[in-house]
Amino acid sequence: MIVELTQTWYLVLAALIFAIGATGLVIRRNPLVMFMCVELMLNAVNLTFVSFGNMLDDVGGQVFVFFVLVVAAAEVAVGLALVVAITRRRQGATADDLSLMRG
Amino acid sequence: MRVEMFVFVVSGAICVAGALGVVLFRNPVHNALSLVATLFGVAVLFVAQGAYFLAAIQVIVYAGAIVVLFLFVIMLLGVDQDDDVRFEPIPGIRIAAVIVGISLLGMSLIALLSSPDVVTGAPSALAPLDPATPDVNRIGAALFTDYIYAFEITAVLLTIAVVGAVMLSRQSPEVPLDTEEFPDGTMASELAIRREETSVADSVDTDGPEPADAEIAADAAGSE
Amino acid sequence: MELVWLIPALPLLAFLILIPFGRKLSDPGAGWFATLLVGGSFAVSAAVYLELMSRPADDRVVHQVLFTWIPAGDFSVDIGFLADPVSITMALFITGIGALIHMYSVGYMKGDPKYSKFFTYLSLFVASMLVLVLADNLLLTFLGWEGVGACSYLLISFWFNEEANATAGKKAFVTNRIGDFGFMVGTFLLWMTIGTINYVDIPERLGGITELTATAIVLLFFLGATGKSAQLPLFVWLPDAMAGPTPVSALIHAATMVTSGIFLLTRLEPLLFQAPIAGEVIAWVGLATALVAALAAVAQNDIKKVLAYSTISQLGYMFLALGSGAIVAGMYHMITHAFFKALLFLGSGSIIRSMSHEQDMRLYGRLRKYLPITSITFILGWLAIAGIPPFSGFWSKDEVLAAAYSSENLGVLKWGIGILVALLTAFYMTRLVIMTFFGPKENWRDPEKLEEIGVASSFDDSDPSADAEAHHLEPSHTPKESPWTMTVPLVVLATLATVAGILNLPFADRFKSLEIWLEPVLTHSHEAPVATTLFILAGVAIVAAVLGVIAAYFVYQKQKIPAERIEKPALVHALYINDTYAEVVAGPGTAVFQGIADFDATMVDGAVNGVAKVTTDAGNGLKPLQSGLVRTYALTLSAGAVLLLGYVVMRMSF
Repeated sequence: MIVELTQTWYLVLAALIFAIGATGLVIRRNPLVMFMCVELMLNAVNLTFVSFGNMLDDVGGQVFVFFVLVVAAAEVAVGLALVVAITRRRQGATADDLSLMRG
Repeated sequence: MRVEMFVFVVSGAICVAGALGVVLFRNPVHNALSLVATLFGVAVLFVAQGAYFLAAIQVIVYAGAIVVLFLFVIMLLGVDQDDDVRFEPIPGIRIAAVIVGISLLGMSLIALLSSPDVVTGAPSALAPLDPATPDVNRIGAALFTDYIYAFEITAVLLTIAVVGAVMLSRQSPEVPLDTEEFPDGTMASELAIRREETSVADSVDTDGPEPADAEIAADAAGSE
Repeated sequence: MELVWLIPALPLLAFLILIPFGRKLSDPGAGWFATLLVGGSFAVSAAVYLELMSRPADDRVVHQVLFTWIPAGDFSVDIGFLADPVSITMALFITGIGALIHMYSVGYMKGDPKYSKFFTYLSLFVASMLVLVLADNLLLTFLGWEGVGACSYLLISFWFNEEANATAGKKAFVTNRIGDFGFMVGTFLLWMTIGTINYVDIPERLGGITELTATAIVLLFFLGATGKSAQLPLFVWLPDAMAGPTPVSALIHAATMVTSGIFLLTRLEPLLFQAPIAGEVIAWVGLATALVAALAAVAQNDIKKVLAYSTISQLGYMFLALGSGAIVAGMYHMITHAFFKALLFLGSGSIIRSMSHEQDMRLYGRLRKYLPITSITFILGWLAIAGIPPFSGFWSKDEVLAAAYSSENLGVLKWGIGILVALLTAFYMTRLVIMTFFGPKENWRDPEKLEEIGVASSFDDSDPSADAEAHHLEPSHTPKESPWTMTVPLVVLATLATVAGILNLPFADRFKSLEIWLEPVLTHSHEAPVATTLFILAGVAIVAAVLGVIAAYFVYQKQKIPAERIEKPALVHALYINDTYAEVVAGPGTAVFQGIADFDATMVDGAVNGVAKVTTDAGNGLKPLQSGLVRTYALTLSAGAVLLLGYVVMRMSF
């Protein structure tokens, strides 16, 4: 039996990657790895954008991936700068150590 | 159809394996390399869906630039040791995370598979995916017409990000270690078990004057 | 005539400029600047007056609408000015006397540390008063009404370092609130009944109004008038208002603001004639006030308090005229009174200043030779208010009394009480003049008397910031005549007080210029009694005035009768009306207010604090959620996404 490959499969895959990313974001304490998990989630979303674009026969989905890429790049640049700044002052700091803003 | 199925299954497996690697490997370098695997898999899926331009961008920007940036930072900070995963300062958060992650997936799957039409948008609201025109042309046309303001704003965003990154990572020797910003000790007892060498380094940092300051003081003393 | 708006705008400009630059202009720049702009306002008023005069009698109205102030459905209020004979007459004497008093204040306030602030308030007062009289609707009048009230408060408690002064200001303010309540409810009722509060429209729409409604409206506005114009039962604030600087007493509490009640009823004159009962009430209240205040004035020793009670009494005359339907007589007496009472107050200010700010007349005496200009002008004012022909007060007072005589109900009785008041007026004014300028000796030379009275004097119109010793009257003190800035207004006002009678002479219709001038605005004209009656009435009035003067001469100059037999304690305390209020408010009143305060503290504050407490507690309860741990945030975010997806699934399945 051959299962027909539909766009839904792409969406299911994207959901899987997204869920893994979200779980990883919560589990990991290293801020660098947490950023990577965020990238995973963003990629999952990108995949859905392209799939939806194909389903609707619209180029808009691909254009949005472009914007997500730009935002991801900006986010990584700032986020890694933050990690550098924090680690420079405090070796081995994890995300849990940065709780100065607690209520 | 078989080829497409084959491509999907193989690249999908690479994606999921990479994603699991990102979450499960302890060493940040391994995490980054797993991330590359996922990114390549997604790029292949982009190709499979006819988004050639995006696939290229994905490889160049994500795999080429962003992951390299990650690795660069890892090496710069010297944090390429394994993370300590034995201790969890927030009790129960791992189980909660797994539960939430599985229910997130489960809900998504229910939503996706139980309904015949997943998509509710209007078909081809912007421009059709006409195979006759290269997708670069189509994306370019959309970007510089309908999305021109968004495009310009992303330019501003990138500039701000660059300026912000420079500001954050610039080292200013005049500013001494801010002990108020990172109160020493309190957090250690509450939250984190820290490696011995780290606490030693911390106490040295907080107690003694900055090396730069000491130099300046020595210079001043010498000139007198 | 597009200049009408300039009349209030110029003093307002003075106010606005003096706020930031008053200190820089300082002494006397700020004073002269304000004087100049108020004088400019007088010039504009005169120009508008001449313009109106050149028009035919039935076209003497300039209605200038600047813009819509409050557009709210059916209810629309404009910022509009109505210059007709009534309002322009008011504007003329407000700006004229206002300019003179500004000039007087340049000298009087010299050296005061809050010099520029005084003129800031005074200019704002003139602007508000002009808005009050020139407004084309009741709401804008109310704006001016409250504006003058606020300025009155600020100026009464101008020297607020002394608690008595601050208290007097508060008393005036609170008492006027009661009157303002009447004004507001009257306005609401008028709008509900006839659907307009615009003076131009009121006469046309009065057709359907019932007498009962008209009476209620007029009485409510009269309640407002009793507050502002210090009539029974709300007159108690005016004697205390004398705590303010003397020019303020002259301008606000004698010449202008206190007449706004009369002006208001004049404006509502069409309504007044729909409510004969209300007119009767107004006449009797005015008469009673005139009598009570005249009796109280007989026994006061503070020179300004005598004049304050005198003002209340004269205002009572004006209300008597209005209540008797003689609008013109009321306006006439208001104008002449503005002249001679402003003169008397300014004269008293000149005396007080020359006597080291001592206000007790028992320490005066034989000041005639020290203060030549002040004494001559003051004596002219005295003759005017005492009702001695041919000075202005005689003519206007006579017209009021004639109107009372010819009114329908108990006219003769009203006239009789009016004559009694006239006699008392002549008596207490003569008493004042004798005690101040004549009398047997110079009382402040007597150290014992100085000691005894100087301490006991009711309040001190002194400048607290200066050295207290500087204001202490010494037996060796030699009074000096005031500077020219103060005497020039005295001379001008004395001239006006002397000759202002020609505005409306009763001999023939063509001499009644004020009546001819005001007549087109008024819907009803008042029939004067026949000439022979008029002459008899005038004769009796003259006899009463002369009797009063002679009686006072024998008591205070010749001292044939001891003054104590006349100055009974009841009179000193103005029949204890003020004290009764104080008792009521202090006893049961305080209990009621305490109850209200308790309600406020428990219920109102409880509700407010309860809301605050719920918010605070909720915040404290939720505080642990903000752990500062970014991973918990991520977890919560993911859980939220799960919930959202759950909602989507639910919607899909149902």
